[in-house]
Amino acid sequence: MPIAFSQGFTPHPKISYASAAPTGVGSEAEYLEIGLQAPVDPGQLQVALDAALSPGLDILDAVIAPEGSGSLADRIDASRWLIELPQVEPEVADRAVQAFLAAPEVPVERLTKQGMRSFDARNPVAFFAVTKESDAPSGANAAPCAIIDLVVRQVTPAVRPDDVLSGLRVVAGLEPPVPPRVTRLAQGSLTPQGEIVDPLDADREGAPIGGR
Amino acid sequence: MSVESVFPKLEQLLPRVSKPIQYVGGELGAVVKDWDATIVRWALMYPDAYEVGLPNQGVQILYEVLNEQPDVLAERTYAVWPDLEALMKENGVPQFTVDAHRPVKAFDVLGLSFATELGYTNMLSALDLAGIPLDSAERTEDHPIVLAGGHASFNPEPIADFIDAAVLGDGEEAVLEITGIIREWKAEGCPGGRDELLLRLARTESIYVPRFYDVDYLSDGRIQRVVPNRPDVPFRVNKRTTMDLDAWPYPKKPLVPLAETVHERYAVEIFRGCTRGCRFCQAGMITRPVRERSITTVGQMVKEGLEFSGFSEVGLLSLSSADHSEIGDMCSGLAEQYADTNVSLSLPSTRVDAFNIDLAQELSRNGRRTGLTFAPEGGSERIRKVINKMVTEEDLIRTVVTAYSNGWRQVKLYFMCGLPTETDEDVLQIGRMAHEVIRAGRAAAGTKDIRCTVSIGGFVPKPHTPFQWAPMERPEVIDNRLRLLKQEINSDRSLGRAIGYRYHDGEPSLIEGLLSRGDRRVGKVIRRVWDKGGRFDGWSEHFSYTRWVEACAEVLPDFGVDLDWYTTREREQLEVLPWDHLDSGLDKDWLWQDWQDSMSEYEQDDCRWTPCFDCGVCPSMDTEIQIGPTGKKLLPLTPIGGLRVPTSAHTH
Repeated sequence: MPIAFSQGFTPHPKISYASAAPTGVGSEAEYLEIGLQAPVDPGQLQVALDAALSPGLDILDAVIAPEGSGSLADRIDASRWLIELPQVEPEVADRAVQAFLAAPEVPVERLTKQGMRSFDARNPVAFFAVTKESDAPSGANAAPCAIIDLVVRQVTPAVRPDDVLSGLRVVAGLEPPVPPRVTRLAQGSLTPQGEIVDPLDADREGAPIGGR
Repeated sequence: MSVESVFPKLEQLLPRVSKPIQYVGGELGAVVKDWDATIVRWALMYPDAYEVGLPNQGVQILYEVLNEQPDVLAERTYAVWPDLEALMKENGVPQFTVDAHRPVKAFDVLGLSFATELGYTNMLSALDLAGIPLDSAERTEDHPIVLAGGHASFNPEPIADFIDAAVLGDGEEAVLEITGIIREWKAEGCPGGRDELLLRLARTESIYVPRFYDVDYLSDGRIQRVVPNRPDVPFRVNKRTTMDLDAWPYPKKPLVPLAETVHERYAVEIFRGCTRGCRFCQAGMITRPVRERSITTVGQMVKEGLEFSGFSEVGLLSLSSADHSEIGDMCSGLAEQYADTNVSLSLPSTRVDAFNIDLAQELSRNGRRTGLTFAPEGGSERIRKVINKMVTEEDLIRTVVTAYSNGWRQVKLYFMCGLPTETDEDVLQIGRMAHEVIRAGRAAAGTKDIRCTVSIGGFVPKPHTPFQWAPMERPEVIDNRLRLLKQEINSDRSLGRAIGYRYHDGEPSLIEGLLSRGDRRVGKVIRRVWDKGGRFDGWSEHFSYTRWVEACAEVLPDFGVDLDWYTTREREQLEVLPWDHLDSGLDKDWLWQDWQDSMSEYEQDDCRWTPCFDCGVCPSMDTEIQIGPTGKKLLPLTPIGGLRVPTSAHTH
């Protein structure tokens, strides 16, 4: 692929990731922008990248970013997350979520490269609920498992699913006995109805203006 | 019987460990095959962390050679860090391969590549996690054959209790021959069990099976003899030599790591072997003769390797790359080829002469002249004669000054401390030389903005070298010399400011010395250290000198020997050395003569350019020097660029 490189002493390939998911978190919706030296058919690009990427990293779609269409980051302001809490009763999780939502703010702490930072995990949360289905995740037999649907707005500093989970500990003392499993389901712009619009929609042929 | 992936169990542990990406596999170039569709299955281990092990050339070559066989499966496993090791034990997750996360115990062979002896404790951790008995005598048909390779396997005696077999020398053909023996034995229904398989391996005369040899000791602790304990195995085991490197152009599909590793580049060996004759250099002694890869094969490998991997750096590797008979054309040809790309070329050569700078200049056409490295190895001309590193002080200073006048601002100089016959004076000379380099460099470059880094490694005498008889210096003497050198460098503040100083303490070298020249009794020390938590001995944050010294004090007196006996003691000509029954091709009398020449400061030429001096390798191993020039030039290759789809990146 004729990837473009930055200028300077040590040129880097022009790739920018829009709010990449943290390590240890699954994702079905990661987006990146690539700078190319020459036009490439998006379909061919998709096939070429897919062939070189690791199993489980699949390129689902590629579009051409038209001149002046703004950066990818401008089209992403929220993420939807699926959180599985094995060995946690859904009712227990539900009570914690309700307590979280009822709090005006939920201060949490996280160790960052700059040291321990303190911030509010409540305000960026747009939607937070324990889902009705009580399906146990694959591999776990009959053990209880709470499943949470979470939509978080992208703010600075970023509030990640683990911060929201820390918030559950703060407001309700919820401490999952095994590490939670988190998957990002979608990223994009958040409509007033609470839907997340795929940031590539605007550039797809025949896509309605303003999202689906 | 198929084998289940341990990944579902492992995955739950990964959020709790550092750098979890190193354990997930899935690299470009990784191969995953259907277990049941294969007959012979290899787990290849580099017994260090993934970040060090993944770039290893040897493992990558064998991985590809084996996986090209339709009925053979090869996967990789690395040492897991103590945080994951503890969790794996707690949760019953066994040592796994990163490719398909299969348990190592299920494979036919666990092949370990020992570039250094400091990986021995990591081998024990891996065996333990895998559920394979540490003691080879306790293994059954349910366990893999534990096979050692790499340079350290030229004396595998310290790990003789833990391994089933060892291969000396080049692995390409050896792994295929071993595969053939296992394939046949399995097809026959595994007659005679494990013992019969090991016997078939031993009968090749180039695979060492320690259990078939007994070691007798004299009352003073020295070895009396090492002899076969059964009639059908050879008295001496030969090393392997892969001739015609053009016929083995691996790696073709280099692994591209997802996690950060120590080298991220496409590395091509441009030749194997070295006859420069540096007396401390085990690699140069045990890999003879010199076998060059031709300029055209190197060009083709670089083209295909870059296209497959997308790496933007190419390393032209060997023990002394500037010595390739076609190196000038190779460097200018490749530089031309990749002039307008983001591919950078490097030649990690350490030859101290102006030609080296010409080459470096070719490779840095785009104007990036970050640093150049030279390895005079010894500070005084006297000590350089002892080690047979033939370069005069005048030459060295002239070379470095040429580098500064050609635009390089940073030069690195490699030395060793603790060399045979070394005095404080020899080491202090390094400081005076560095001063002179800066003084002359400033004058020539017309600027004060130049730097030189002096980097000192500890000398460790190795088997199959003229220094195999040499006494090691004590760590406190080494550390004192390093202190004196620092004072010497800083004795002139103006010059000293331009000189960087890096060194290693003497203690780890002493333990490396114990393991390098140890015998089977040292295995008990390794076991004791591992039992007490010894892991990752090549990492200063994990290495514990005290633990090794204490283990020696607990174990060795029963045998009437001690740590000093193995390290600081000089051996006599007639002493039976633990590796005498392992044949590197070098004539022991020649090695002894070279040791004597060393002490009389008498130098030895290179047989590529002067007549044969009878080191013994070519006639005894039926090999010959293979060098060019071939007279060919690099073919005009298709320029990099345009869209391309990598072929068969993964098999799922």
